[in-house]
Amino acid sequence: MNVQNQIPRTGAEQALLALLDQRSGADDAALAGRMGELRRAARDAFAANGLPHRRVEEWKYTDLRAILRSSAPLAAPLDAAAEAEGQFRAVTFPGARRILFVNGQLSRAHSDLAGLEPGLTVVPLASALAGGQGAVEKLGTLAPQRYDGVLALNTALAEEGLVIRVEAGAQITRPLHVAHVFTLDAPAATFTRRLLDVGADARFTLVESFQGRDGVAYQVNDALELFVADGAHLDHVRIQEDSAEALHFASLMAETGHKTQFHSFALTTGALASRVSLYGRFAGTHAHVGLRGATLVKGRQHADMTLLLDHAVAHCESRELFKTVLADEARGVFQGKIVVRPDAQKTDGRMMSRALLLGETAEMDNKPELEIFADDVQCGHGATAGELDADLLFYLKARGIPAKEAEGLLIQAFVGEAIEFVEEDGLREAIIARAEAWLKARAI
Amino acid sequence: MALLEIKNLHAQIEDNQILRGLNLVVNPGEVHAIMGPNGSGKSTLSYVLAGKEDYEVTDGEALLDGQDLLEMDPDARAAAGLFLAFQYPIEIPGVATMTFLRSALNAQRKARGEDELSTPDFLRLVKEHAGRLGISQEMLRRGVNVGFSGGEKKRNEILQMTLLQPKLCILDETDSGLDIDALKIVSEGVNALRSPERGMVVITHYQRLLDHIVPDVVHVMHKGRIVRTGGKELALELEASGYAGYGQDAA
Repeated sequence: MNVQNQIPRTGAEQALLALLDQRSGADDAALAGRMGELRRAARDAFAANGLPHRRVEEWKYTDLRAILRSSAPLAAPLDAAAEAEGQFRAVTFPGARRILFVNGQLSRAHSDLAGLEPGLTVVPLASALAGGQGAVEKLGTLAPQRYDGVLALNTALAEEGLVIRVEAGAQITRPLHVAHVFTLDAPAATFTRRLLDVGADARFTLVESFQGRDGVAYQVNDALELFVADGAHLDHVRIQEDSAEALHFASLMAETGHKTQFHSFALTTGALASRVSLYGRFAGTHAHVGLRGATLVKGRQHADMTLLLDHAVAHCESRELFKTVLADEARGVFQGKIVVRPDAQKTDGRMMSRALLLGETAEMDNKPELEIFADDVQCGHGATAGELDADLLFYLKARGIPAKEAEGLLIQAFVGEAIEFVEEDGLREAIIARAEAWLKARAI
Repeated sequence: MALLEIKNLHAQIEDNQILRGLNLVVNPGEVHAIMGPNGSGKSTLSYVLAGKEDYEVTDGEALLDGQDLLEMDPDARAAAGLFLAFQYPIEIPGVATMTFLRSALNAQRKARGEDELSTPDFLRLVKEHAGRLGISQEMLRRGVNVGFSGGEKKRNEILQMTLLQPKLCILDETDSGLDIDALKIVSEGVNALRSPERGMVVITHYQRLLDHIVPDVVHVMHKGRIVRTGGKELALELEASGYAGYGQDAA
């Protein structure tokens, strides 16, 4: 008997188990071989372990048994009206190629899939799955060893998404933007997944955005798998602006090869509760990974950023900087763990989480960890939580700048330290503008 | 009407009484120097007038152009024409100096019901005055005071003062940390702002600054009050005799 089975299942878990059961017949028929095996394993793991809860260390501050009160039904198939609304609502980044997902489903009509740059292929996940092993052979191979219930659900249920490949040597300067918009007026759950495979010495920029209808408690479960081959350079930007009632759960898995550059930036302002689990693995030496984020939340929002970075090989560098701004009763969570394995000599890792608490009732939980098994490394971490500096505010006000505007300038400067790592000018300016918009909305 | 009128001002910080019945009248066009030993309350006076929260006014009043300063928030005091040049200007990483100057200027204009300055007009104005104070374009692009030397920070204070054109300038130990060349540049900047409409209160421990910014009136402050008032020759006398008569050895 599995001990876990004795924990009473929550309503949401029962609904998810029913959904998994309902889908299993179709899966088993359609997906032979490894994909079918992967899904079955994910279903079984979820059936045995259920939703992650506070007694699981990595989910201590984000207890899904409490947060996910009920599991929404899957979103209905797309119609033209929803697609048009998604097209209208989705953010645009000047110069980027946009692919649109509405209610968790690819909107072919409003996706710019024509005239792809040489060396770039973009295949809808559904087609890739139907097409057999070749296209999806790497799918699921970056999953963490420990059970992650959110990822298990994604693996078992994601039918929609993309498989993106960048051929070795391709230098693609135009960012690819995958926009997700939720348009329905009743809650629904979406499961999306993307695999990005960047070939050796290639260069690529991936932008992802998540938005949705205000006032609707929809549920997003999204996963992204990134392979950065030797010598490749990948920039990744993730913008999560889901509705303030939505739940947003994301799993990011990345593996970097020899002499790679991988920079990821996350802007988080949306969702009632959000969690990003980022699993990074250094598979080749002399790689540089930079992970940064700016989170601005208010009201009763809960935003969790959890990282696990695995320095498996020597001579790699990692830099993490996460800035969290918490207004009202908002709660922020940062958990960052850097593991340096015995072979990973000369590892250079620096991790920093800083939080700015704007209200007495805001809360930040910071948990940085280092697990070092090699003896010749440079690793450091830091975590702070504090309020706006009264002396800085006074200086600005003494020059005639009203209190709210002065606070805005200081908050902008605070998150700006992380945003400035976004290299591409247009994207960086767009992110700054979105942070400014958040501040303006708060000041009204 | 007096530009600044302070009557019987009492202020404390954390139960520590610092100002104990201070009186001061500054008329338009006048430059007043306030001298005094360390701990006499000079800087407290400047902070209380500018509205720093840490200080509690327990009695008395302070009027700027007849308006009750003590009832106003710090930004409203600035918009009403008060400017404090800080003894220790602080660094604000991430807020570019140009953004800061522009926010300050436009906020004050807005508070007074004036239009915001256009970008070209603003840039022209800053360029003109920054050049005169030896502040480079590169410094203006940096965070406010970030990486500035002590002298550069003080020059940046004078630049702000010049752009904001206040009615009343309070200079809190502007000479501290300045070498003689920087002192000259800063003094020239201050003297350029002297006008029949504007008043200045120059707080200093040393007479040296007053060779460059020549005051009309000199006050000696001691234990939270003005204990002596005279002409510019009073500063010279203090330079010779020190503050020994005020409970402290010559500095």
